[in-house]
Amino acid sequence: MRSADLIRFARDAATGNPLRASLLVLAMAIGVAAVVVLTALGDGARRYVMNEFSSLGSNLVIVLPGRSQTGGFNPGNAITNTPRDLTIDDAQALQRASAVARVAPLAVGTSEISAGGKLREVMVAGTTAQYLEVRYMAMAQGRFLAHGDWRRGASEAVIGAKVREEIFGNAPSLGQLVRIGDRRFRIVGVLAASGQGLGMNTDELVFVPVSLAQAMFNSNTLFRILIEANGRDAIEAAKAQVTDIIKLRHEGEQDVTVITQDAVLATFDRLLGALTLGVAGIAAISLAVAGILVMNVMLVSVTQRTAEIGLLKALGATGGSIRQVFLTEAAMLSLAGALVGFVLGHLGAAVIRHLYPTFPAYPPDWAVLAGLATALVTGILFGVLPARRAARLDPVQALAKR
Amino acid sequence: MNSMPPPLIELTGIERVFHLGDSEVHALRQLDLRIGAGEYVAVMGPSGSGKSTLLNLLGLLDRPNAGTYRLEGRDVTTLTPDEQARVRSQRIGFVFQSFHLVPRLTAAENIALPMMLSGLAPAQRATRVAQALKDYGLENRADHRPDELSGGQRQRVAIARATIMQPAVILADEPTGNLDRTTGDEVVRLLEALNAQGVTLIVVTHDASLGARARRQLLMEDGAVRHDTAPQPCEAPT
Repeated sequence: MRSADLIRFARDAATGNPLRASLLVLAMAIGVAAVVVLTALGDGARRYVMNEFSSLGSNLVIVLPGRSQTGGFNPGNAITNTPRDLTIDDAQALQRASAVARVAPLAVGTSEISAGGKLREVMVAGTTAQYLEVRYMAMAQGRFLAHGDWRRGASEAVIGAKVREEIFGNAPSLGQLVRIGDRRFRIVGVLAASGQGLGMNTDELVFVPVSLAQAMFNSNTLFRILIEANGRDAIEAAKAQVTDIIKLRHEGEQDVTVITQDAVLATFDRLLGALTLGVAGIAAISLAVAGILVMNVMLVSVTQRTAEIGLLKALGATGGSIRQVFLTEAAMLSLAGALVGFVLGHLGAAVIRHLYPTFPAYPPDWAVLAGLATALVTGILFGVLPARRAARLDPVQALAKR
Repeated sequence: MNSMPPPLIELTGIERVFHLGDSEVHALRQLDLRIGAGEYVAVMGPSGSGKSTLLNLLGLLDRPNAGTYRLEGRDVTTLTPDEQARVRSQRIGFVFQSFHLVPRLTAAENIALPMMLSGLAPAQRATRVAQALKDYGLENRADHRPDELSGGQRQRVAIARATIMQPAVILADEPTGNLDRTTGDEVVRLLEALNAQGVTLIVVTHDASLGARARRQLLMEDGAVRHDTAPQPCEAPT
C-alpha cells in the first residue's frame, strides 16, 4: 500500500465514526493540555520568583571588609588579620572594572533624627545617587540624593516611608529641615515602602550623602560596597575584577569578601525547575490514561470492523498492511488530539496570564515538545495491540461476521 | 496426464477438519477436484455439505489440514500468508452474498480498493475505475456510498471490484442470495459475460435454477463431491 493511500484510508476510517474519533481526540487533548498548562504554572512560578529576586537586584555583588564572612571567633584572625578599611577611594576605583555597571558605597551608623519636637533613633546610611538604581528602589516623593562628587555632599536627606510617617504624620515632609545627630539636613525625598532587604528595613532608614555620614560618625570606613554587574552573565567576571582591584589597592592582600546573590538564586532556580519537572510528570500520567483509552477504542474499532478486515484480506491485503492501517489511524487520532491539546493548553496558559498579569505562565518549550512526543508515542504504542489483533483475524470468520 | 497442460485448479486429497469442542467435524474428506481455465462451475448442496469451506480453500482464505492445492500449476498450500495474499490480490476475485462493500467509501473507491491495497499507481487506478464504471453502468453512481445504491447496483460494484485486478478465477458465494429475481438475473448475466471472456467462474449456490445455468455442476454432500456433471475438464474457450 502506498503511504498516501494508507493515510487517506486511515483518515476516512477515523472520520467514519465521528463520535469515537472525537472522544479519543478529546482524551488525548486533555492530557496534552494538562501537560502544557501545568508546566506553564510550574515554570511561571519559577520565573515569578526569579523576577522578584531580580527586583531586589539579582546582579548584585557585595564587597564586605574582612576576609572571612563567617562569624564567630577565629584566633588566627585576632592575631594576624587586621583588615584595611574599605574606603570611598576603593569604591571609586571599582567603577573602572568592565563588568561593573554601577557602584554604590554604603556607610552605616545610628543616630537620632529630630524635627518639630519629635525625636527618633534611626539608622543613617551614607551613600550616593547610584544606590537607588543598584537596589532597584522607587521614590514615593521627591528625588534621591543628587549625583556629584562623592567626597562632598549637600546637606540633603532621603527618608524611609516609616520614618516619614512617625516624624511628620500627615504633615508635608518635603523641603523640611531636620536635625540628624548634630547636623541639619533638608529632606529632598521619601522612599516608597518596600520592606526587608539585605538585613535592613529600608523603610526605617535615613539616607544622607556618604561623605556627610562619614563625617557624622567620624570614620572613613565603608560598611559595604554594593556593585551592580552588567548582567547575570557578568556577575562572575565582576566578582573576579572587584577582588583583583581591591587586592591591588590593598598591597596585594585580599582582605575583603565578595559575595553575590547569584548562588542563592541558582538554588531556587534548580528547586523550582525540579518542581516543574515533577508537575509535568504528574500530567504525563493523564497521557498514559489517554493511551489506554486509545487502545480500548481501537480494540472496539477492530471488533466493529471485523467484516471489513476480512474483506481487505480477501482482496489481497497482507497482515502487514492491515496492521499499518490501524496503527496509522491510532497515530493520526493521537496526533490530532495532541495538536488540539497543544492549542487548548496555550489558551489555558493565556487565560492564566490574563487573570494574573504578574504571573508569567508560559509553558517551557521542552515540556510542550515532550507532551506532544509522549502523546504520539503512547498513541502508537497502545495502538500496536489492536493493530496486531486486526492483522491476525481469520478471514473466513471475519467475513462471516456482519 | 503429463501430456496435458496443468489445469487452473487442482485439488488432491484435501482434508479439512474443524474441532468443535471434543468432536471433530470433517468439512472436507479426501477431496480431489480439477477445474480447467475458463470453466463455469456451480457448487451446490445442502447446508453443512462443505461448499463454503471448499470456496474458502479455493480463495486461499483457509488452509487444508492435508492435501495439496495447485493453482496454475503452483502449489499454493505451502506459501507464506503474505505470498497467499499476493495470489489473492492478483489471481482471485471474490463476490459475496452480502456484497461486503466498505460503507464509508464511494462506489468508485470500493472498486479501486484492491488496486490501492496492491499499491498500483493512482493514474492507472483512475483509468481502470473509469472503464469499470462504464462497463457496469455505474457512471452516475461513482460518488455514491453503498447505502445510496440499490442491491443490484451494490452487487455490480462488488463484481467490478472483483474483476478490477483481472483475476484468473472469480469465486461467487450466493451472488444472488440477497437480490430479487430480476436484479439477480442481471447480476448472473454479468458474471456469465465475464466467463465468456475467459475468466473461470465458480459459483456456490442453493438456487437450483442458478446452478442449472452453469456448464458444470458439483453436488456436494457430507464433505465430498457426490455428483459431478463433467469429470473431465472441458476445453477452455479463448
